[in-house]
This record gives sequence, structure tokens and C-alpha cells, in this order.
Amino acid sequence: MSETPIFDEMWGRDADLRAPYRRFQNWFEGEDIARLRAKQREAEEVFRLTGITFNVYGRAEAEERLIPFDIIPRIISGREWQRLSRGIEQRVRAINAFLYDIYHRQEIVKAGRIPEQAISRNDAFLPQMIGVEPPGGIYTHIVGIDLVRTGDDQFYVLEDNARTPSGVSYMLENRETMLQMFPELFSQNRVQPVQSYPADLRRSLASCAPNGSDSPTVAVLTPGIYNSAYFEHAFLADQMGVELVEGNDLRVVDGKVAMRTTQGYQPIDVLYRRVDDDFLDPLNFNPDSALGIPGIMDVYRAGRITIANAPGTGIADDKAIYSYMPEIVEFYTGEKALLENVPTWRCSEPDALAYVLDHLSELVVKEVHGSGGYGMLIGPAATRKDLAEFRKKLMARPGNYIAQPTLSLSTVPIFTRNGLAPRHVDLRPFVLVGPNGINITPGGLTRVALKKGSLVVNSSQGGGTKDTWVLED
Amino acid sequence: MLGKTANGLFWMYRSLERAENISRLVETGQRIALTRLESSDGEWLSIMQTAGVADGYLSRHDEVTKEAAIDWMLRSRDNPSSVLSAISAARQNARLVRTALTHDVWEAMNRCYMQVRERLARKVNERDLPAAIDMIKQHTALVRGTTQGTMLRNDIFNFARIGTYLERADNIARILDVKYYVLLPSVNSVGSSIDNVQWETILRSVSARGGYRMVHGNQACSVDIARFLILDRRMPRSLKFSISKIRDNLDYLASDYGLRHPCHAQVDTLVRRFMSHDIDSIFEYGLHEYLQDILAALAALGHQIEIDYRFYE
Repeated sequence: MSETPIFDEMWGRDADLRAPYRRFQNWFEGEDIARLRAKQREAEEVFRLTGITFNVYGRAEAEERLIPFDIIPRIISGREWQRLSRGIEQRVRAINAFLYDIYHRQEIVKAGRIPEQAISRNDAFLPQMIGVEPPGGIYTHIVGIDLVRTGDDQFYVLEDNARTPSGVSYMLENRETMLQMFPELFSQNRVQPVQSYPADLRRSLASCAPNGSDSPTVAVLTPGIYNSAYFEHAFLADQMGVELVEGNDLRVVDGKVAMRTTQGYQPIDVLYRRVDDDFLDPLNFNPDSALGIPGIMDVYRAGRITIANAPGTGIADDKAIYSYMPEIVEFYTGEKALLENVPTWRCSEPDALAYVLDHLSELVVKEVHGSGGYGMLIGPAATRKDLAEFRKKLMARPGNYIAQPTLSLSTVPIFTRNGLAPRHVDLRPFVLVGPNGINITPGGLTRVALKKGSLVVNSSQGGGTKDTWVLED
Repeated sequence: MLGKTANGLFWMYRSLERAENISRLVETGQRIALTRLESSDGEWLSIMQTAGVADGYLSRHDEVTKEAAIDWMLRSRDNPSSVLSAISAARQNARLVRTALTHDVWEAMNRCYMQVRERLARKVNERDLPAAIDMIKQHTALVRGTTQGTMLRNDIFNFARIGTYLERADNIARILDVKYYVLLPSVNSVGSSIDNVQWETILRSVSARGGYRMVHGNQACSVDIARFLILDRRMPRSLKFSISKIRDNLDYLASDYGLRHPCHAQVDTLVRRFMSHDIDSIFEYGLHEYLQDILAALAALGHQIEIDYRFYE
């Protein structure tokens, strides 16, 4: 809880219009609020018809929900973006090098920069991956880095998504919707395009194919139509022009993973999988999984298929490992991390735990393996009862939690009945990694808390999204 | 194309065709009820038999009433062949094969589902029935229209068509079978002119009244109706038309893939066995037996297609 006013990306701290928003503000002033309201409804109708929905786990099929879309863009200057993307690239390189290292020689452990048990006792560490050479040496082909902002020049990495980052379909559909509804805005502002993402993704995946395939077959693996992100899986397969497969479409034939087509089994070279490690291969991982492809890990170890992202990458976006990221970046790049981490207390350490228990009402406490904003305590917003209950959980399993200070996240205006109103946001840029380099789509997905004062931006808990612009300076 | 995708397309279009046929039957039933003085709710049983949903109804209801029958056919979730169930299944399959559909088709299908679901969220009262049925027919027609207008003529299209026509052939055979079974208990009555309302029922339920009149005039005769609905190659809902479309599309697949399967031999046999006789020999053989044989052959063909094109593991 800071004394200084919250940083607004449009109005700064002192109601002083910031440069990237100048042209937008000009346009907005000339707009009729009633017309914009109609446009907002129109956008929702487009999303519903197109079926841009996500499923809520454990509910009936009727529960396909829309993620609310806000028509006010979030605008980032070209200069700001350049700085950010340098930091993102550095971090992604380090994550990849870290993954290679911990599944091979574990130099970082030997150097004493990370305790051995942070790796060996971590559920996300996959012993099956030790010594495996992923095609092209790449572990994380697709990464999402979650950023928050607290000031003009102050960005923090909130978390890394190195397993299966989702949300890129919203980035693309949000832009598409804005282009349709407000073409004039794109004539007035020079916004860097994002539309090449599906083609870039396909090219990047193809470039990671195992040796010897010049026109590799790529496919997207989905858990199925009941998965919360099924729309995105279908969308990406469609946009890339590749097949969308489920585990029961695949089997190992002649040492290759192959999909069942109307003309027999056809081999796959690159599998962009959107299923968790546990459900990849019932022979090698979870034997109860009905979703996996028996034997795919053996094909993978033989270097005959690329799995993107590689199994076992979860160790890099684990919240306990997150706290070591500054060391990780320095260890592998030899440079200081350009993007800062949020200060993090590892509750597994007695001193840290003591501090966290003393300051519970000021901190955000997260489960090490949690995601989607579930199982998390926001101290300043918690009731006395919440705090007492959480304290018990924390003392019972301290190693299961990390704690961070509550940051005063930046706000961006959203469109409400009464015009513009500030709401907290975060940003997930999307990064593609291939042997020929790293490609970062300008912008990414902006998630916005729609409730006044709320810091929870997760779509599963009522957050919305915005189109994110990076201007050409 | 994935075997699963072929399966999804096949069932998406089968379900869509079923939804449309069921709504047509409800429309027909309502028309009979309104235009016939001595009509009783019992006729709804015959309508439900025609639709193949009577057994399910009777297992859950003690008596046949008009309201309950309409509700069963239009919106019951317990009835897998209700309009609502069929549209939901079509849309579910469309989601599954979304990458194979054009944007227009997906949007038409999604809109169809959303509108029909909203319309059928509550019981449809008598006054609203015609509008509700019109809406269903319009929306299914939109999906069919966007399919025709925007889809590439490749294997995706072929599987969609095979699903459509297998369902249509199956439906028409059932309608004929039930109607003739119920209407013509004795062989003597074959060839005699039949009750005006009854023939209208049959023709209306397949939207064939105008077509029949153009070909056979105003005189309704059971043999002519049977000939029209079984053997007329111009009538888009006749058995002959539907089966020849199934064969055409299977042939396109064979030439596209460069491979003939057992299902190709089966459809050829089906055409030879059932479509090469005149109507008199069909009656001589026994219409009911003939239709039962066709239904069995269609089911076997559907099953063989599933195997030949690897719909399942």
C-alpha cells in the first residue's frame, strides 16, 4: 500500500496525458459515448458468434463463457517496447540454457547458485528427461512472460510461462475486432502488426523438426473439446493450417508418432502439445491417463519427433525456481538481468517463513504449483478469518508457498457506462524460440481486472482483455 | 484428413439433417391436428413412430398427449433425436471439426445452436409453434447454404454429404414404412386411392407436396406416392436421389484417394438390389420387407464407411 498515487499508463501519476496516448485521446474526445457503448455490445456479439469462449471446468456444456473484451487499447511506445523485448529475450535465452543444464550436467547446482534439492525435490523436474537431447537443443519453443508495471520505467516479471502459455488467440482476435470496429484508429496511429503470429509459429515449429525433414508435418495436440482452452487449440491449428489431434488419433507406427487419417497412419514431425506432461505418455508418466500416446517418449528420446514445449520444462516456470531467476539469468548470460523479479520470500526457508507469518496481511502468498489465481492469498484484501486459515496452511506445508509484496500495479482506462475509468492490468508477451532465433510479437495479451480496485486479472476469475498496441515511434 | 474429422463431419451433418426432418414431422403432426375434425392425440403416436422416437416416449410417459409429444420431439434432453439434442450434437461435432469448416459454416452452425437453444429453452406454446419451426428450418438451411456456398469440394465436403444423405435416406425409408404399415394393413388396399389427409401427411413431412403435384397431378394414389418417394430421381428427398448422392460422394473419395474400399462395393450392391426395380415389383415383394431391407443395408453401409475411413481406432 504505497503513499504515492497509482501509475496510470494513460495519465501518469499527475493526470498528465502520456505521449503514446495522445492521438488516441484526440480521437476519444470526438467520440459519442452512446456510439461507443453500441460498439462495445457489437464486439461482444462478434466474440459470441465466433465462439471465442473458454470452458469453465466442471460445468455443463452450457457454460462456455466469453472473456469480457474492453474496447480501449493499451498503448506502449516503441521505445518502451524495445527495452522490454531486450529483457524478455535475455530471460528466455537463460530459461532455455537453464533447462538444458539441469537435464544434463547441472553446472548451476555445482556452482552452488541453486540448492540441489530445489531441483531434485521438485515435482516439475522430470527424471525421464535427464540426458535427452531435444531437437535443435530447444526446450521452450513457445513462452509467455507475465509482466506488471508500477511506474514509468519500472516493470517486473510476475511469472514465466514455459509449459503451455495460453491466450495468444485472444491477442489475435482482439486486434482483429479492433481493426473491424475502429479502422480509423489504425490510420491515425502506427500500430505494429501482430497478425503474422500463426505463420511465425508454424515456421518456428517447423524449424525445430528433427533432422532430415525438409517439409515437416506439424500438428497441435489438444486434450479435447471439453478443455478450457479448446477454442485456442482449434484456432491455432486452423490458422496454421495443420491438423488438430487428440491422443486417440495418434499412435507409434514404425518408430514414428503417426496420426490416423482417412487414408491410414501419417507420421508427424513436430507436435505442438497443449496437454500437460502427466498426460503425454501413459507408459512413461501417468499410467491412468486416457489422453496420452503410449510410447511417444521413446520416439522422442530417439530424436524422431519434436515435442513443443519439451517435457519437463515446467521446472523453469515453477514459482519456487522463479525466485532464483536473477541468479539464473546472470549465470547463463553473464549479464545482470534486464527485467526485474518481484522480491520473493521462499517459505521453505525458516527466516523467510518467519517474516511472511509476521507480515501476512501485507503480502501476496501463492502456491508454488498453483496457477490461474487459485489457492492464493492477497493479504491486504483478506479478512481476519482468511488470514487465520491461510496461516494454518502455510505452517503445515511451508515449502508449498512463496510470498511477495503487494505491488501497486499500473492501471489503464477501461470503457464503463460513465466513460473511462482506471483498472489494474498485466501483460503477457508471446515469444517464439527456434534454432534461427527468438521472435517476440510486439505487444501480447493485456489482462485487466474489471472490478474497481481489484488486482486479480485472471479470466477464470472475472478478468477481461484488451488490445495491446506497440507504436512505431 | 484425420479419421476423427471425417467422423465429426459425418455426424455433424447427419444430426443437422435429423433436426430438420424431426421439425418437419412436428409441423405435419400439428397440421393434421388442426385440419381434421375427428383427429385425436393418438395420431401423435403415429407421428412419433414415424420419427423413430415413440419407444423412448412411451418409456417415460403414461399417455400420449399433444403437448407432451411435441415437447418430446422438439426439446427433450432425454430424447437423443429431439431437435434440441440433434442441434446440440451437430454443434458439438462442428466444434470438433472446426478446422475443417469455413468461418461462414462455423458461424452459421454456432448461430443456429444459440438461437434454437434460446427458443427451445422453455416449452413452446401452440401459438408460437409455427414460428419456432420456421426458425429451426431457416437456421439449418443456413448451415446447408453456407456449406454449399463456401466449402471446397474435397474430401471434407464428401463426408459432409454422405452424412446428410445417409440420414435422409434412413428418414424417408422410416416415414414410408410406418405410414404404409399403419395405413395399409391389407394387401387389397394397395393401389386404391387413400385418405386425402394421410397422403398429405407423408408428402408434407418431406416437403414434397408441390413436387408430387407437378409430376402426378392432384390425384393421390398410394402407388404413385411410393414411386415418387422411392424411385423418382429428381425428387431431392427420394430414396433414389439420396442413395445416388451417397454413391457419388463415395466415388469422389475413391478417385481422390485412389483407393476403393468394401463400402464402394456395398453401395453399388445397394443401388443394384433396391433401385433397379419398378414400383410394382417392390409391392409384390412387400413394401415393408423392402424398406426393412433398405434400412438394414443403409446401417451396414454406414458402419462399413466408419471402418474404411478409420473414423475410430
